[in-house]
Amino acid sequence: MADREGTVLTIGTRKGAWILSSDPTRDSWAATGPHFLGHIVQHAVLDPRDGRTLLLAMRTGHLGPTVFRSVDLGASWQEATAPPAFAAGEALERSLNSVFWLTPGHADEPGVWYAGGSPQGLFRSEDAGDTWTPVSGWNDHPMWETWSEWPEENTPDGSMLHSVIVDPRDSAHLYLALSAGGVFESVDAGTDWKPLNAGCEGFLPEPDAEYGHDPHCVRLHPLAPDRLYQQNHCGIYRMERGEGRWVRIGDNMPRDVGDIGFPVELHPRDPDTAWVFPMDGTDVWPRTSPDGRPAAYVTRDAGDSWTRCDAGLPPSAWFTVKRQAMTVDDRDPVGVYFGTTSGELWASPDEGSSWKPLLQHLPEIYSVECAAPFTP
Amino acid sequence: MMVRIPTPLRSYTSEQSVVDADGSTIDEVLMDLDRHFPGIRFRVVDEQGRLRKHMKVFVNQDSTRHLDRSVEPSDEVVIMQALSGG
Repeated sequence: MADREGTVLTIGTRKGAWILSSDPTRDSWAATGPHFLGHIVQHAVLDPRDGRTLLLAMRTGHLGPTVFRSVDLGASWQEATAPPAFAAGEALERSLNSVFWLTPGHADEPGVWYAGGSPQGLFRSEDAGDTWTPVSGWNDHPMWETWSEWPEENTPDGSMLHSVIVDPRDSAHLYLALSAGGVFESVDAGTDWKPLNAGCEGFLPEPDAEYGHDPHCVRLHPLAPDRLYQQNHCGIYRMERGEGRWVRIGDNMPRDVGDIGFPVELHPRDPDTAWVFPMDGTDVWPRTSPDGRPAAYVTRDAGDSWTRCDAGLPPSAWFTVKRQAMTVDDRDPVGVYFGTTSGELWASPDEGSSWKPLLQHLPEIYSVECAAPFTP
Repeated sequence: MMVRIPTPLRSYTSEQSVVDADGSTIDEVLMDLDRHFPGIRFRVVDEQGRLRKHMKVFVNQDSTRHLDRSVEPSDEVVIMQALSGG
């Protein structure tokens, strides 16, 4: 087994990517970047299975979408030979505008990755991101046009397929989420899909609508893979998969803060602990922190109660933390990190008890992911 | 024929602003470009064979969005793109 080095944060922004590497203690950080200055990097993900394959989901304002790969933490890059794309000549004539989300596949399937796009397509690579093919079971599903936002994309910046999740017990058991559209599940490696939205409330007039919801971020706990957390457009939810129904744990948030937000992140060893970063969902939905007072909130009892985590954060600020822009490491205590639309990267080395800035003055941050690289 | 490459695509052409490519249509020219500079075509043309929304192609001084437009070896093809945003 290779030796472990420090923690690595991969940062995707509206105008390029940055990579931060820490020493083993996480006291000292060094940044490289910008990588691909001016390119839109929606997601930058280091493969936790090999600790070296880094994929960037990229486009520019007008050039087509693509994926770039590095196996040396950004010292060199290679473009995917066949980037994610819908099938040529397909009946709907879909054209991929952007690769929005990247998920490494199952531990038993090295080299497999999934990508979510806008429009809401799903794509798979079996060669560590070099060539991609459409997942026909999703993209050509008879209900795709009904479940997805198509042909009109009502979501600002385009409709997105995100939160692709692979059950650690079963590589054929997949989840994905659509903004907007809802959460969907496959138990046959993506051949067929079913909605998984029972219990979600929100803006739909139908009380238990099967689809049409707006999950912002969905996470599955690796040590309790029948437990899912969801930060929805309309609240924070948890599902015990056996029950098959989302429970609004955000009702236990302080009333004056509410439970609207983008990200939800899970403790790597405690399935009852999760962090969110609430935003203002009142009036015209400014999506900044409620009352302009930034704070993460943590639950340590699976959502029954929440504690404010704002020590070290500015008392007044007006940024947003997007759905891919919060992450955790696997150290003890767990490090929690988030990036802001105003280009600041914040870190907590103590599970949210205190915060300090790691980087400032970056472009708008779209994604922050964490991985532990391994030396060969 | 001579093909002019805009700055956002010059990472594919080793920063060359003008390259040579063969073909009897714009599509064939772009295919030939992609053989020499892998990946460049998909940044310009989508998977359904359509010129991307903000890309423009000129043959000499005539703008065209038809990839089946015929071209001659003496023509000059200019690939351009909008640079909007902020």
